[in-house]
Amino acid sequence: MQSDPVATEQMSIAMAGHVDHGKSTVIGRLLAETGSFPDGKIEQVRAMCQRNARPFEYAFLLDALKDEQAQGITIDTARCFFKTAKRNYILIDAPGHIEFLKNMITGAARAEAILLVIDAAEGIRENSTRHGYMVSMLGIRQVAILVNKMDSMGYDVGRFEAIKAEYSAFLAKINLEPLAFIPISGREGANLTTRSAAMPWYQGPTVLEQIDAFKKPEPPVAMPFRFPVQGVYKFTEQNDDRRIFAGTVDTGSVAVGDEVVFLPSGKHSRVASIERFNAPADPVARAGEALGFCLHTQIYVKPGELLVKAAEIQPSVSTRLRANLFWMGKAPMIKHKTYKLKLGAARSAVTLVNVVNVLDASELTSVRNKQQIDRHDVAECVLECPKPIAFDLERDLATTGRFVIVDDYEIAGAGIVLEALRGQDSVLKDHFLERERHWESSEVSADRRAGEYRHRAKFVLLTGRTEDGSADKAQALAKALELRLFWLHFKAYYLGARNVALGLDAHFDEGGYSGDSRIRRLGELARILTDSGQIFIASIPDLDVYDIQTLELLNKPNEILVVNVGGTPIENYSAAFTVPAEASVDGGVNAVGMLLRQKDVILEYSI
Amino acid sequence: MNHLDRLEAQGVRILREAYRDFKDLAMLWSIGKDSTVLLWLTRKAFFGHVPFPLVHVDTRFKIPEMIAYRDRLAMEWHVNMIVGQNVEALRDKQTFPDGNLTRIQCCRRLKSEALKHTLSGDWPRLRLDHASGEYVVDSKPEPFTGVIVGVRADEEGSRSKERYFSPRDKDSEWDIGDQPPELWNQFKTDFAPGTHVRIHPLLDWTELNIWEYIERENIPVVSLYFDQGNGTRYRSLGCYPCTKPIDSKARNIAEIIAELRTGKLKNVAERSGRDQDKEDGGGLETLRREGYM
Repeated sequence: MQSDPVATEQMSIAMAGHVDHGKSTVIGRLLAETGSFPDGKIEQVRAMCQRNARPFEYAFLLDALKDEQAQGITIDTARCFFKTAKRNYILIDAPGHIEFLKNMITGAARAEAILLVIDAAEGIRENSTRHGYMVSMLGIRQVAILVNKMDSMGYDVGRFEAIKAEYSAFLAKINLEPLAFIPISGREGANLTTRSAAMPWYQGPTVLEQIDAFKKPEPPVAMPFRFPVQGVYKFTEQNDDRRIFAGTVDTGSVAVGDEVVFLPSGKHSRVASIERFNAPADPVARAGEALGFCLHTQIYVKPGELLVKAAEIQPSVSTRLRANLFWMGKAPMIKHKTYKLKLGAARSAVTLVNVVNVLDASELTSVRNKQQIDRHDVAECVLECPKPIAFDLERDLATTGRFVIVDDYEIAGAGIVLEALRGQDSVLKDHFLERERHWESSEVSADRRAGEYRHRAKFVLLTGRTEDGSADKAQALAKALELRLFWLHFKAYYLGARNVALGLDAHFDEGGYSGDSRIRRLGELARILTDSGQIFIASIPDLDVYDIQTLELLNKPNEILVVNVGGTPIENYSAAFTVPAEASVDGGVNAVGMLLRQKDVILEYSI
Repeated sequence: MNHLDRLEAQGVRILREAYRDFKDLAMLWSIGKDSTVLLWLTRKAFFGHVPFPLVHVDTRFKIPEMIAYRDRLAMEWHVNMIVGQNVEALRDKQTFPDGNLTRIQCCRRLKSEALKHTLSGDWPRLRLDHASGEYVVDSKPEPFTGVIVGVRADEEGSRSKERYFSPRDKDSEWDIGDQPPELWNQFKTDFAPGTHVRIHPLLDWTELNIWEYIERENIPVVSLYFDQGNGTRYRSLGCYPCTKPIDSKARNIAEIIAELRTGKLKNVAERSGRDQDKEDGGGLETLRREGYM
C-alpha cells in the first residue's frame, strides 16, 4: 500500500533580521513549543548550560556548532525541521551579522517565505533594511515582520505601531508589502504559538498561524516556456541511441510536436519525445519538472542555450544588459576585468562597463560617480558579454532574469536584469582602438618584410567540429601546412592551442574562467606574430562567429583567413575556404596553398 | 507537483550541474538507503545511465549482506564501481574492533583517511570488472575533483550547515565559517586547483522523504532495514561493531513510514544507534571538518 504523500507538504521559511534581534531564540522556542526537538535534546542542552554555568537559552538549541557557541552568533544558515497539522517546515536560520551576509542570502534564497525579526527596543537597524532589500531583490513576496522583545518595552502598543509605520514606509519604497506585523517575545513565548495575554491590543495571527497562512508557491506553468539546457546527452552504452536535451523546465509548458527554438543560436526544431526515467509517460512537460527532450531534427547546440517555444514571447538576445547587482566578493568588482556570468544554464565571460549608481542598501540613498562596486554594495550597472546571451527581464520572468557573477572561483555577485541594451560599441572594440593608438611600430615596414620573405603576413585559422572528427583533421592539416610552407622557405609558424593553455594561459589565474579569455589571448598573439611578418597558423575546434569576429578584430590591421574543415558550416559566417570532410590532408594542404596564392599572400608561384 | 516531485527535480538538477562542470566526478555509495536513493536519482538524471564512478570505502567491518547487495546492483545497473580501504590499518589491526583504537580514531583511520586517499588516488583503488564480476586493481587512479555525497541536513547539527556544492581545501578540510553563497540554483562549480567540491543533492530531504521516495519508486534496499523476525531492525547502516539495531517490528517500507510519521520513532534521532557520535560533544563535527561524510 502506497503511503499518502500529500500528508507531508513541505515549505521553507527563512528568518532574517539584524544581529542580536533574537532570531535564533524565536526559532528555538518555536521548535520547543511545537515538540519538534528529538527526545532528550532540550535536556542535553540544559545540562550543558549547567555544566558551563551559563543560563539556558533557546538559541543554544540551534547553535549546534562549536564555533557559534563560542561567538554567540549564527555564522551560517542552519536548517531545522518542524511540523504543524498543516504541513512540514524547513526553518532556515540566517545570520544577522554583516560579515555573514552571503550566508543570509543563501538562507533566504532557499525560502518560500520570510520572517524578518526587529528588536522592539533597538528598532530598525542597518541590517533590518539591508535584509529587507535583499529579500525584495531575491524575489520573495511572502514576508511577515516579527517585532521581537516586546517584553523589554513593557508590551507597549505605541512602540509597536511606531516600528510598524517606519518599516512599512521603507518596504513600500522597495515594492515589498508585508503580510503581517506581529508583536512577539521570543524569550517569553508571547504570540509565537499562543496568543499573549500581555498584548490584548493585538488581534492578528500568532507566528505559527501566520506560518500556516503562507501559501505554497505553485510552479509557474502559465508563463512562457523556458528551458535552460544543462546537458546534451548521448549515452551509447547498452545500445541507447537517444540524443537528449536535458534540463529543468523553469516556467511554462511544452508538448510533443511543439516547435521550439534554441537561443542565442536561433536553431529551430520540434519536440519528438519527452524523456523521463521510471515515470509514467506524459506528452506535456511542465514548470518544475527535470526531464529531457528528443527532437525531430539532428541539431548541434551546446549546453547553456535556452530552449523556448517558437509561438510564444521570445526572450532578449543581447551582449549588453542593465542590471541591479549585489556584490558579496572580498575584492570589489572593477572595470576592465573579465568575470564569469552564470544565467540559467548559460555561462559567459562578462565585464563591467559602467556603474550607473550605487545604492547604500542600509540607508537607501544612492551614490553616483562610483567607478567600482564594493562589497555589500547594490549597484545599478551595465554589463557586457563578448557573445550574445538569451535572458528575460526580471520583472517579466524572474527565473531567466537572474544571474550570478563568479570572481576568483566564488559566486561574488547576484543580479537581476532590468533592460537589454544594444547598438553600442563593445568593450573589446574600445580596447582594440586604445591598443592600436599606442602600438609601437618597428623600423621595418610590413612591405619590406613581405619583399624579403616573399609573402605577406597572414593569420591562417583552421577550425572543425569536434563531434564529427573534423577538429582533429583541422589540426593535422594546420601542421602539414606549416611543414609545407617551411620546406618552401616561408616564415610560417604553427601554434598548438594546447601550448597556449599550458604556457601563457597558465600564468593567468582567472578564478576558473578562461573560455573567452583564451580566444582573446590568441588574438593578441596573432597581432604580434603577423606583425613580425609571419604566416601564423592555428587550429581551434568548434569556433563560432563571435570567436572569429574577436580574432579578426584583435589581429587587425593584419588579415585573417578562416578555413573550415568538414561538412558542418559555421553558423552565420562564411569561411574563406571549406575543406570537404572526404579530402585527404595532402589535398587540403594543396588547396589551402592555392588559396594563399590566389589571395596574394604568397607573392610568386612556389607552392 | 508534490513534495517528492520537487525534491526529486532539485536532486536531478544538482546532479546534472555536477556532471556538466566536474570532469573528474564520483559519487560515494555507502550502500545505505540515502546514497542508494542518490544512485537512483542519478539514473533519473541520466535516463537510466550512471555516467560517473561510484566509490565505496570498505572498512571490512560492514555487514556482509551490504557487500552482496552492492555488487548485485553494480552489476545490474552497469555501475563503474570503485572500492577503497585502509589496507595498512587493517593489516596492523589499528581498529576499534581489534581493541587498539577508540571508535572515533577508528572512524578516522578506516573511513576518513581511506576516503581521502581513495579520492585523491594516492592509495590503490579496486575497480569492478563487469566481464568477470571481480574487483581488479585500478591501473591509473585520477584524483576526483567533484564528489557527490548523500548527506541530509536533518541528520545532525553540522550537516544542517552544508551547501549543495560545498568546497573542501587541499587537505579535505571544511571551512564552515566561510562558505560560498548559493542562490537561484546557481552553485559553486568553479574551484581552484588542488581543492575539491562535495555535492549534496539530498540536503533538503528528511529521513521520512527518503523512505517515501523508496516506496514510490520501488527502489531495492538492503533487507537489514526491516524486522528480521526478532523485533529489531537497522535504522542506519554502518560497521557492525558500532551500529546497533533498534527495537522495531516494521517489516516493510510502509510500516517504516508509519513508524516515522506517527509511531515511536517520531522524535528519536536517526543516528541514535551510531555509537561514535556520542564519544565527545562535537565528535562528528570534528570528523566532518576533517573530511568525514
